[in-house]
Amino acid sequence: MRIELVKRPEQSKLFSALSPFIALGLTLVAGAIMFSLLGKNPLDALYYYFIDPLREVWSLHELAIKAAPLILIAVGLSVCYLSNNWNIGAEGQFTIGAITGSILPVLFPQFQNWTVLPMMLIMGMAGGAAYASVPAFLKARFNTNEILTSLMLVYVAQLFLDWLVRGPWRNPEGLNFPETRNFHEYAVLPEIWSASGRANWGFVFALVAAVALWFMLSRTLKGFEVKVLGQSPRAGKFAGFSSSKMVFFAFLLSGALAGLAGISEVSGAIGQLRPTISPGYGFAAIIVAFLGRLNPLGIIAAGLVLALSYLGGEAAQISIGVSDKVVRAFQGMLLFFVLACDTLIHYRIRFIGMPAKTGEAAQNV
Amino acid sequence: MKKTVLSLAAAAAVLSFGSMSAQAATKACFIYVGPIGDFGWSYQHHKGLEEMKAALGDQVETAYLESVPEGADAERAIERFARSGCNIIFTTSFGYMDPTNKVAGKFPDVKFEHATGYKREHPNVATYNSKFHEGRYVQGVIAAKMSKAGVAGYIASFPIPEVVMGINSFVLGAQSINPDFKVKVVWANTWFDPGKEADAAKALIDQGVDIITQHTDSTAPMQVATERGIKAFGQASDMIKFGPTTQLTSIVDDWGPYYIERVKAVIDGTWKQQDVWGGMKEGHVVMAAYANMPDDVKKLAEETEAKIKSGSFNPFTGPITKQDGTEWLKAGEVSDDGTLLGMNFYVKGVDDKLPQ
Repeated sequence: MRIELVKRPEQSKLFSALSPFIALGLTLVAGAIMFSLLGKNPLDALYYYFIDPLREVWSLHELAIKAAPLILIAVGLSVCYLSNNWNIGAEGQFTIGAITGSILPVLFPQFQNWTVLPMMLIMGMAGGAAYASVPAFLKARFNTNEILTSLMLVYVAQLFLDWLVRGPWRNPEGLNFPETRNFHEYAVLPEIWSASGRANWGFVFALVAAVALWFMLSRTLKGFEVKVLGQSPRAGKFAGFSSSKMVFFAFLLSGALAGLAGISEVSGAIGQLRPTISPGYGFAAIIVAFLGRLNPLGIIAAGLVLALSYLGGEAAQISIGVSDKVVRAFQGMLLFFVLACDTLIHYRIRFIGMPAKTGEAAQNV
Repeated sequence: MKKTVLSLAAAAAVLSFGSMSAQAATKACFIYVGPIGDFGWSYQHHKGLEEMKAALGDQVETAYLESVPEGADAERAIERFARSGCNIIFTTSFGYMDPTNKVAGKFPDVKFEHATGYKREHPNVATYNSKFHEGRYVQGVIAAKMSKAGVAGYIASFPIPEVVMGINSFVLGAQSINPDFKVKVVWANTWFDPGKEADAAKALIDQGVDIITQHTDSTAPMQVATERGIKAFGQASDMIKFGPTTQLTSIVDDWGPYYIERVKAVIDGTWKQQDVWGGMKEGHVVMAAYANMPDDVKKLAEETEAKIKSGSFNPFTGPITKQDGTEWLKAGEVSDDGTLLGMNFYVKGVDDKLPQ
């Protein structure tokens, strides 16, 4: 018997809706097997993974903190990917956004009033957009492969941050440790509801950005332009759309959102610049973008799910004593099944070899 | 009748034992920056946990989180521990400093112990670190005796005071034997990256060093040194398994005694805020067995170690000249701890420009 994937003429509506649930089911089964093999009660493990982090308010705040940068970056990336621009360098744009946004509190700590924070956010967005304009320019002007240029610029950004916090921006009162001074109170992104947890306005920015981009993509001409140029640049040209303008639009937009995520993270959750400010949000957001099927509203859900898998992983480590490696393997399984099950939307599975026999049997009866 | 009494007594014993352990179990929790299998920094902290668990038995319950990134994630991890009923939380990396203090403010009844930091913003935060540089001095002495080239290679992680202090201490130890001894430094910009560390070791050996020492946590440099047939020093843990014919000695961080002492203090209700910088004297820094060297070198190393351990000698005793030629310490003058803890200059003999 042979298994074949046959392309569907149209996307399957049924599997569009079903595939996340099939994936979840498969993850639960595979996860249960893994945890049993490790000698842990699989139900406990799954409980701590998926339910426990949702049971307390402070934990929901933490979920929002973790999901905010993922969503904010991923919705920007969705516009890039839909328009066939492969920006892999969101991590770098995040970092540069955090740096440019931090100029005021780090270099001008005496300058303290309510205008500081809005300026920081704008400067962060401008920084991220400017950094994304580099691969955009190279692509539009020289037809350079943007996957490579944007990715390489990530390392440049990270080393630049590293150099800043060890050198010129180092906290003069910090005993030579590699970190900037702590931001003053006007430079800290406030918490949404500080009585119950520490989630900051970054999460609100993420939701607003997602809804706005959903509207743009599904209800405006610009959104149509994004999709047409992504699917067929030639058709787009006939419609009078410019693909080099689209390159800039997609990169600047996603760069600005990544920069906003960067400054929100630094100002809201960390409170200073440090050699590492992101555990790889810019790369995880690529997964989130595809997990959400490049739909900004789907991305909100996907960001929350991925964030939950980080939090649940910690809860599982503490409560049932599995190692960090197991937790990551489980997270990997979840992502694998989700992305793999989406294949069913475009393809159907055909079993070859058996049908002839069963056909005969049916006739004989 | 006798039987009944006996069984009652047994039941009472079981009951009282049961309730005792339920009441008294103090929960000690640990956060590590790397995997516990790094055979370096986090591995040793975890060994300290196990030592403490073995010593205190039923009185203590433990939990840990490994590979917790420094940054926003750390605060959540620490808070999760504080909420899950931990009585004392050890945060074992410098980058956890601000998150530790933030969470400590919210949970005044939980004790926090932060390794390698200096901020104690609340009465329930203590800090601790070890004088690893004492071991570096002994290594320097050995290196000067064993090296034919008179140059050692130093794989460094990040230019923070602790690492700079180690480099200087190593050079001073070596110069006490050979005043012209030089050290070449490669900054790997990582605490744990076997690939990068191996490359750094190869680059140094190609530049003619014949002894390698490292302030990064993987065993890769030791393995490269073995391949190239030169000697090396281990880091954080005893790495002799990875270089049986290579390792001269290793600075072993022994956190066990400290963890036992502090968790016991919580159990006894005597825990107080403090700032501890323990070295060989306190048993926090231990030298792995001296190996792969002639007896006279071994004897010299042991003498140096004993001198430091007894407190009669401080590696940072003048006369010491800075790299730029200016005098730092006059003859017989001993550096104060404050200067060491913020050290951002090299002493004479380091063949490198300190990244500023």
